[in-house]
Amino acid sequence: MLNWGNFSSQLFNGLVSGALLALISAGLTIIYGTLGVLNLAHGALFMLGGYAGFVAYQSTGSFVVAVVVGAVFVGLVGVILERVLIRFFYERPEEDQILVTFGLGIVLVEVVRAVFGSLTQNVPAPAWAAGVTSLGFMIYPTYRLLVFGIVAVALAALYLLLYRTRLGMVVRAGIEDPTMVDALGINIQRTFMIVFGIGAMAAGFAGIVNAPIISITPNVGDDILIECFVVVVIGGVGSFAGAIVGGVVAGEILSLTSMFNPSYSAVMLFAVMALVLVARPQGLFGTR
Amino acid sequence: MVGRSLPGWLVAAILAAVLVVAPFVLPTIGANADMLSRILIWGIFGLGFDLIFGYTGLLSFGQSAFYGSGGFLAAYLLVSGKIGDVFLGLAVGTVGGALVGLVIGALALRRTGIYLAMITVAFGEMFFFLENSPLSAWTGGENGLPNVPKPAIHLGPIDFAFNTDWRMYGFIAAIYFLGFILARRIVNSPFGHILTAIRDNAPRARAVGHAVQRYKLAVFVIAAAYAGLAGGLEGVLQGYMAPDAFTFDTSGQLVMQTIIGGPATLFGPLIGAAVWLYLRSILQVVGFGPAWKLVLGLVFVVLIVFLRHGIVGGILQFAGRRTTPEAIPTSSGAQGLHLVERVAERPATRGDVVLEARGVGKRYGGIIANSDISFAVAEGEIRGIIGPNGAGKSTFFKMLTGEILPTAGRIFLFGKDITGNDVTAISQQGLSKSYQINQLFQKLTVRQNLNISALSRTRGKFRLDLIRHVDEVPELNADVAETLRLLSLTERADAPVSELAYGEKRRLEIGLALGTGPRILLLDEPLAGMSPQERADTVKLLKQIARGRTLVIVEHDMDALFGMADRITVFNEGHILAEGTPAEIQANPGVQEAYLGGVHAA
Repeated sequence: MLNWGNFSSQLFNGLVSGALLALISAGLTIIYGTLGVLNLAHGALFMLGGYAGFVAYQSTGSFVVAVVVGAVFVGLVGVILERVLIRFFYERPEEDQILVTFGLGIVLVEVVRAVFGSLTQNVPAPAWAAGVTSLGFMIYPTYRLLVFGIVAVALAALYLLLYRTRLGMVVRAGIEDPTMVDALGINIQRTFMIVFGIGAMAAGFAGIVNAPIISITPNVGDDILIECFVVVVIGGVGSFAGAIVGGVVAGEILSLTSMFNPSYSAVMLFAVMALVLVARPQGLFGTR
Repeated sequence: MVGRSLPGWLVAAILAAVLVVAPFVLPTIGANADMLSRILIWGIFGLGFDLIFGYTGLLSFGQSAFYGSGGFLAAYLLVSGKIGDVFLGLAVGTVGGALVGLVIGALALRRTGIYLAMITVAFGEMFFFLENSPLSAWTGGENGLPNVPKPAIHLGPIDFAFNTDWRMYGFIAAIYFLGFILARRIVNSPFGHILTAIRDNAPRARAVGHAVQRYKLAVFVIAAAYAGLAGGLEGVLQGYMAPDAFTFDTSGQLVMQTIIGGPATLFGPLIGAAVWLYLRSILQVVGFGPAWKLVLGLVFVVLIVFLRHGIVGGILQFAGRRTTPEAIPTSSGAQGLHLVERVAERPATRGDVVLEARGVGKRYGGIIANSDISFAVAEGEIRGIIGPNGAGKSTFFKMLTGEILPTAGRIFLFGKDITGNDVTAISQQGLSKSYQINQLFQKLTVRQNLNISALSRTRGKFRLDLIRHVDEVPELNADVAETLRLLSLTERADAPVSELAYGEKRRLEIGLALGTGPRILLLDEPLAGMSPQERADTVKLLKQIARGRTLVIVEHDMDALFGMADRITVFNEGHILAEGTPAEIQANPGVQEAYLGGVHAA
């Protein structure tokens, strides 16, 4: 039952799904950290990335195009949503922000359902990444290795954007004190729009990259959103490092516990969250 | 909250009439017994949710955990035959839901806002998985539990089974009626008033002496009990307990229905459920079936954006606008202040030390806000505290009230060491503060604001008085009337805070601190931002308040303060620079230097 090969492949599975969760959660957490809005439509944006990529794949047959379209399309949707809806909620109570994004998520899911139906759709892994690769100590699906690689690159890019650019400096300053940033003559409104777009793009990107692993349905983002909440509660809201560590922790919990008894793995995830809440309510990397 | 409400018996009568008439009217527009019963079950579920969300401001997305727990507990006990009586089964399910609420609430309520929303979602999901796999031997897992029995009454000669759709409707309608009456009593109770204060301004509710965390947990458990009852009823109505009860959709649908109907109205969730279920069935009839959730989602978003109070809230607002008198008379300071007719001479002798700080300090990392402060105030004294901005006066006040912990030294109140006590406990021991920046309960009226303060004096920091009406609290009305008179706000008693002039808000701010009946009152810049006339009036008010009380006042208005205070303490750069009578302080060269910014006069 428990053998080294099984264990290491589960460990890798955990790492791959953990990296994906980390990326989606990073999007969620920078949006919250900068705009102060908890985006409950984040799971729907993840789903939307899968469908946008699916459409692009159907018409071009290219997986690379599908990934680019999935990410860019959702990023644009994010920018538009921020302009026409979200920005009117910055001054409103936190509950209203939660509720409006919750409603928005439902609308997005139902629009996709109306267009594509409820059946699952498949985006196959590209031919050049199909099959398996031998890592010496084990054989592992090539596409999953690829996913881990490109998600790691995406996270690194996000990190560089946040910590090594002027925009990132404004974003991080905005997290500290938005009024002050505004007073300094920096266009915080524009920054908010860009950040929401980037956060959405991270979700959309993860959505299409994940599509060959789990085929897509209109509800594919629902569970992802809840898992992201667990990630963010474990890691600490607004913390980029927290999202990554929380993502990997969550991915490994789901993956490793399923070796022993799959039916308990989700329960374990929430149990760990409860434990963090008792021991360190602000999360591992949270400060507030 | 603002405005009159109908008398309780009338609301009950109207509700009863609607519930009785509904079966005769609504079927003509396509609502059958099953639909009406389901609407009522969502309504019961929503009564509890409205208490925590609408009235207390706690947004939970995990109510499915309690709904499902209550439902499956009742269904399991009834199906397995461990409990034969359906009424008893439902009661046990209700208690089960409440107990789950107690456990989850204790964990989740450690955080507020978005954290609370996320944590409750996660716990809801956890229970879904628990039901689905680990507990499937009892819950039937994905299959749920079939053959849940219907209720029946066997009382001597009476033998009545609720075995038809309309009989079930009657059964559930009766439970809704009782559940509604209870919820309405809770809303109108002192307990319920404190819930709205928590929603409005939780830190201030804490500061006037209410154990906010215990109130939150209590109402969370009450909501979980309603959810457990509703879950049990679903199983009994369908004859089958479905695992869907535990899904996130259940929690989400409850939230949406409450918003659509209108939060903080009690009827809102019921109306929302009616819209939801009716629209769904109508859209299916006209062949628009798959889009029903899209339509409802859009309606929901539009309501959030434009009509945050939902359908019921909108109707109430509209009705209120038509009947509210045009203008409420404002009390100008000059005409209103009849509190100064006679200010009794205070006794010249001073009593024992009632408030003392010994070597108190506060540091934030490398920054020292206060260091080595020793300070003692005698009973009946008026003590002034002055000092330049950033001298540490407000930090010192916050340590005295328990809002922040000192990093060094001890604080004594009436000779008892209170270092480390929280703001609620210290308020209950007779020390209260009015804030430099108004901390009012914005959405309540003046009277309701003062009620919140006065309730902490009469009821202590926590009390589960759910059933009695707030007007039945002994002496509350007389108490508040007296404070209103003292503040010259009697004519403004029923005005919402948002309609008050600045000076009136300032007086109410003082009134909130005063209302808790403190023996020691701290005032942080009570005259800030006032016109000369308002200042004069407020000084008179403070002199009046000082009778029988000890006051400690931080104030930048030297003329006013030196005219009032018995002694003055001067803060500078986090420590005490000087202390003495006003005359001594005025003559102190060190004080002059501190105020002139280190310029040495020749």
